[in-house]
Amino acid sequence: MSAVRLEGAVVLLGRFPALAGADFAVDSGEVVLVRGPNGAGKSTMLHLCAGLLPLSEGRGEVLGSDLGSDRAAVRRRVGLLGHDTALYGELSAVENLDLWARASRVDAVGVPGALRRLGVPERLWAFPSARLSAGQRRRVALAAIVVRRPELWLLDEPHAGLDSEGRELVSGLMSKAAAAGAAVVLASHEPGPADDLATRTVTMAGGTVRADAA
Amino acid sequence: MWRDLRLLAGDIGLVAAKDLRIEWRARTTLGQVVPFALLVLVLFGFALNANRPTLELATPGLLWMTVLFVTVVAVQRSVAVESTDGAGRMLLLSGMAPAAAFGGKALAVAVQLLAVAVVLLPGVVLLYGAEFESLLLAVVTSIAATAGLAAAGSLLGAVVAGVRAHQTVLPILLLPVVAPVLIAATRAFEDALGTAAVNGWSWVGLLAGFTAANVALGAVAYGPLMEEA
Repeated sequence: MSAVRLEGAVVLLGRFPALAGADFAVDSGEVVLVRGPNGAGKSTMLHLCAGLLPLSEGRGEVLGSDLGSDRAAVRRRVGLLGHDTALYGELSAVENLDLWARASRVDAVGVPGALRRLGVPERLWAFPSARLSAGQRRRVALAAIVVRRPELWLLDEPHAGLDSEGRELVSGLMSKAAAAGAAVVLASHEPGPADDLATRTVTMAGGTVRADAA
Repeated sequence: MWRDLRLLAGDIGLVAAKDLRIEWRARTTLGQVVPFALLVLVLFGFALNANRPTLELATPGLLWMTVLFVTVVAVQRSVAVESTDGAGRMLLLSGMAPAAAFGGKALAVAVQLLAVAVVLLPGVVLLYGAEFESLLLAVVTSIAATAGLAAAGSLLGAVVAGVRAHQTVLPILLLPVVAPVLIAATRAFEDALGTAAVNGWSWVGLLAGFTAANVALGAVAYGPLMEEA
């Protein structure tokens, strides 16, 4: 089943075409690595697929919802890890995840399990997120995605800032999500652990997809 | 329909509780905004040469000017909470109704403004020698005015959230828009303090209308504004 389908997608950031006619497709159960140098349009494409940016030209469909007319429906069903963690710094890990679960109408019972899965030590659960290390914050941000169980995982440099144990945890998480039928798209600008995970690699440059290889 | 309203109210409470918890932890309102507001009251007193009759006459205007300054600070904080580390994306991706996010943010700002007003009212009694003829009118005016300021402030906070220099742009946009609140709250307080022969309750009606208009506008416009930010 198709999770993402972009045809000639154009996204303008101001007047700059951050995506300049990208064609991209992902099926459920796939792990697709989007590779490209800085400024290639990787993050913009992830944000477009998350329903956070409007499509200026072209066509786009994510999880059966049209990106031109129903981005709100898309947003409810995806999980996005960006360069920032999207956590409230004054709230603890548990409070952030609990808020996220309740706002998303997901059972908050899964919060402790998600934090354990990401290897966040229990003694840090009540700490304000802003006082956690960058790696721990990244783990908490990933735990927020786990709580939500999205059908499409959009991860921008998911291994960045993590130690080797954290990188393995994240890789395992993505494999399990894909095995459970979710589509996983991860963006990375350099070779790393993502290479072994991906079932397909897409190369971007200048806002367009240049190569697509299994 | 009742179920939808209950869910909306629950989400408004969730967002408001989140913002108030963050403010409580950061101690911004208690540690910085309240002392700032009291300092402004004292400085107004100095500027008017601590002249009791003048201060008594000017009390309503000075009080609400102070609350207006506090509104700018509170709204800037409210915007910063969502923009720091991309936290606002959480609300956007949650699928929560934008009207609920707006309502929650505005409610949290209103509670903070009301808390500041609770400190300022005894402040004007002590510093300016003000005496209330109708405490009920003062309380209702305070609630209606802070609600209006919070609604308009939260809406304009969302408008400027994506602007690079939003901290300086916000006061330029906000202060003219909330001028009707300043005028209406001042007139209503003149009646509450007995310093002018006006019908304060009619001015409260204007405050209620202003609040309702801004709540309606915010509920409709907040979604697109969140996406723009």
